Amino acid sequence: MERTFEENKQKASDKTQLVQQLSGSQIVLEAFLHEGVKTIFGYPGGAIMPIYDALYDYTDRLEHILVRHEQGAIHAAQGYARVSGKTGIVFATSGPGATNLVTGLADALIDSTPLVCITGQVFAHLLGTDAFQETDVINITTPVTKWNYQVTDADELPSVLAKAFHIAGSGRPGPVLIDITKNAQLQKTDYRGYTPCNYIRSYRPKPIPRAEYIEAAAVLINSAKKPLVVFGQGVLLGNAEKEFTAFIEKAGIPSAWTILGMSAIPTSHPLGVGMVGMHGNYGPNLLTNECDLLIAIGMRFDDRVTGRLDMYAKQAKIIHMDIDPAEIDKNVKTDVPVWGDCKETLPALTALINKKEHKEWLQKFKDCAEKENLKVIQGEMFPVEEVLTMAEVINHLNELTNGEAIIVTDVGQHQMVACRYAKYQHSKSNITSGGLGTMGFALPAAIGAAYGDTSRTVVAVIGDGGVQMTIQELGTIMQFKPNVKILILNNCFLGMVRQWQQLFHEKRYSFVDIQSPDFVQVAKGYGIPGQSVNKRSNLNGALKTMLEHEGSYLLEVMVGKENNVFPMVPQGKSVSDIVLSRDEM
Amino acid sequence: MKQEFTITVYTEDHIGLINRIAIIFSRRKINIGSINAGPTEVETIHRFTIVITETEEVVQKITKQIEKQVDVLKAFYNTDDELVWQEMAMYKVPTKIIAEQVKVERLLRQYGANTVVIRNDYTVFETTGQREEINALAQALEPWGLIEFVRSARIAIIKSSHGLHKALLEFEAAEPSEPVVENEFLDQRDGVFTL
Repeated sequence: MERTFEENKQKASDKTQLVQQLSGSQIVLEAFLHEGVKTIFGYPGGAIMPIYDALYDYTDRLEHILVRHEQGAIHAAQGYARVSGKTGIVFATSGPGATNLVTGLADALIDSTPLVCITGQVFAHLLGTDAFQETDVINITTPVTKWNYQVTDADELPSVLAKAFHIAGSGRPGPVLIDITKNAQLQKTDYRGYTPCNYIRSYRPKPIPRAEYIEAAAVLINSAKKPLVVFGQGVLLGNAEKEFTAFIEKAGIPSAWTILGMSAIPTSHPLGVGMVGMHGNYGPNLLTNECDLLIAIGMRFDDRVTGRLDMYAKQAKIIHMDIDPAEIDKNVKTDVPVWGDCKETLPALTALINKKEHKEWLQKFKDCAEKENLKVIQGEMFPVEEVLTMAEVINHLNELTNGEAIIVTDVGQHQMVACRYAKYQHSKSNITSGGLGTMGFALPAAIGAAYGDTSRTVVAVIGDGGVQMTIQELGTIMQFKPNVKILILNNCFLGMVRQWQQLFHEKRYSFVDIQSPDFVQVAKGYGIPGQSVNKRSNLNGALKTMLEHEGSYLLEVMVGKENNVFPMVPQGKSVSDIVLSRDEM
Repeated sequence: MKQEFTITVYTEDHIGLINRIAIIFSRRKINIGSINAGPTEVETIHRFTIVITETEEVVQKITKQIEKQVDVLKAFYNTDDELVWQEMAMYKVPTKIIAEQVKVERLLRQYGANTVVIRNDYTVFETTGQREEINALAQALEPWGLIEFVRSARIAIIKSSHGLHKALLEFEAAEPSEPVVENEFLDQRDGVFTL
């Protein structure tokens, strides 16, 4: 092929550029350094050995945490990403290593967590031959990734990795999986440096905000008598906490958070009216069906939030602000859609709205809160019975940490109680598996959270069921010594399922009486100190010991076996059918 | 009310994209009536034409989910009256019957069938048109010993798509697509040391 003069000149200048001969594996690690990666969570294996071999020479610049199971690696990366706002990195080998990531990928996709997962794959010539540890990772993970790609040629790696980081972290974040065949990891190729990607022609991470919708939204807000804001994780993901606070404070609108939106504003904020959803607070659920304007910001109207859709906020106009156009009208029909990044749309909207206070309307939330306080909260936080409640444990924790801690929860009753009662001062402090409801999430996610922000206390609140799903990660804590306070709320039951069996299945307790090992002894085996308490008099002291201990600590608190979480929006009921106790059902 | 919708998707030419699009339907247990994947007037940009029978609300949501995929440029949905659309079919009939039965010959003329292959034992005809005509001919030929019948997926042109062609050209000119990397090692199994 003949080259033009210009092309020859270009070729010559390429040579003067620094060209290194690097292996595909080295290119992966170079890309990480350029993207500012510091911590990798992973587990080696046959098909990813060349990358681990290259990593041997990068340990001065990249920290690798060897987990005990690939699911632990991906949950740790999720915890890391949720706390730090950066993209979490995972290494796993082919076959079982890769399939063990699936739960975490699904969790990260539904909870919009940015991850780049690198899986090893068999040699390209072995693809489709049922080779040892070969599995069709790309097709297995297609429904649970924002994007995935298989690399068979090392030349592709710089541009593919740049795309991976761009896609994972931009727009509505999500997990990306890059499957790299072993030959591509070993292949030496000319490496001309790394260029980050900020544009992909088929990909629109942010819809362009449209002025007419922002104006229409402002008109609705200015004329509303009883407006209600429900905000989700979009505020945190968009780093728009300040913009959001400015908006609600100018408009004077009562604001409720979803489970993932929690901590975007301090829980003590005067306009914060609590959590919506099945076990959320009484006021925001009840008054959803009384407001005249519902402003949804960075949330997706999950069924656990809306209850029965045909009876959800039917009386209200709906403004939906979201970065993902596919969320608009997905579950709840919107009157005014405001597409875009809320960091941009919120200030534009704030500029157009009138300074207001909705004192009477806000008072309704306070009245509801008082009712909930009398009927539920007081009894939960200051019980008269001898058995301990989960809520009083969280209450003591609040006092001792002053709302400064990062709280990572698992899934079930303890999660709902922790999210209902925990106090937060800072954003990105509540880490939980929201959309997927993944038991076993908390312990590894707390490990990741501890790396995501080393300056803060990380408390993993876990049930006796969930902790047994990923308990092997105590080994990771033993070896790498992240500072994680493990607080097991043990009710000797799979509590949430038991609650439903009690309420909806005539107390037919079918396989919810789970037995646990001696958690303190198990922790001791891993070199982690701990204790178990079952008396109120010992609770505060034990929590203090845990928090003051230098390094990780396990505290098991024996709580009431058959305590239920209330309030509750029973399944299939409207949010305004929320009940405060069993008697109301 | 459920009705027939045609979803048109412009995409990058990437391996695995057909799966990423197809699972959006199967996840919701929606049957794909027909799916056609092929080139467009702009080389490197591919076009899917998917036919489903669903309510407009469902189709609208699905179209958004498709467009959300990273490698998808644009997705539209249209009702039949907004489209010019065609399907193609082939019919294998015993040659003897055609030679002997005037009725069959008349049928073929009536439906404007073209001959593709004539052999001693069988003849293959082809028609292009809309679903009803194609199915009607297949049914009419059935009593006369129709040996094989196959119908293609729908291809469709959107009636009001003047701006789109220009947009696609500008799009490609602004940033040409990258070539697809296929697995060139698959047939080189022998002589490669593996672990």
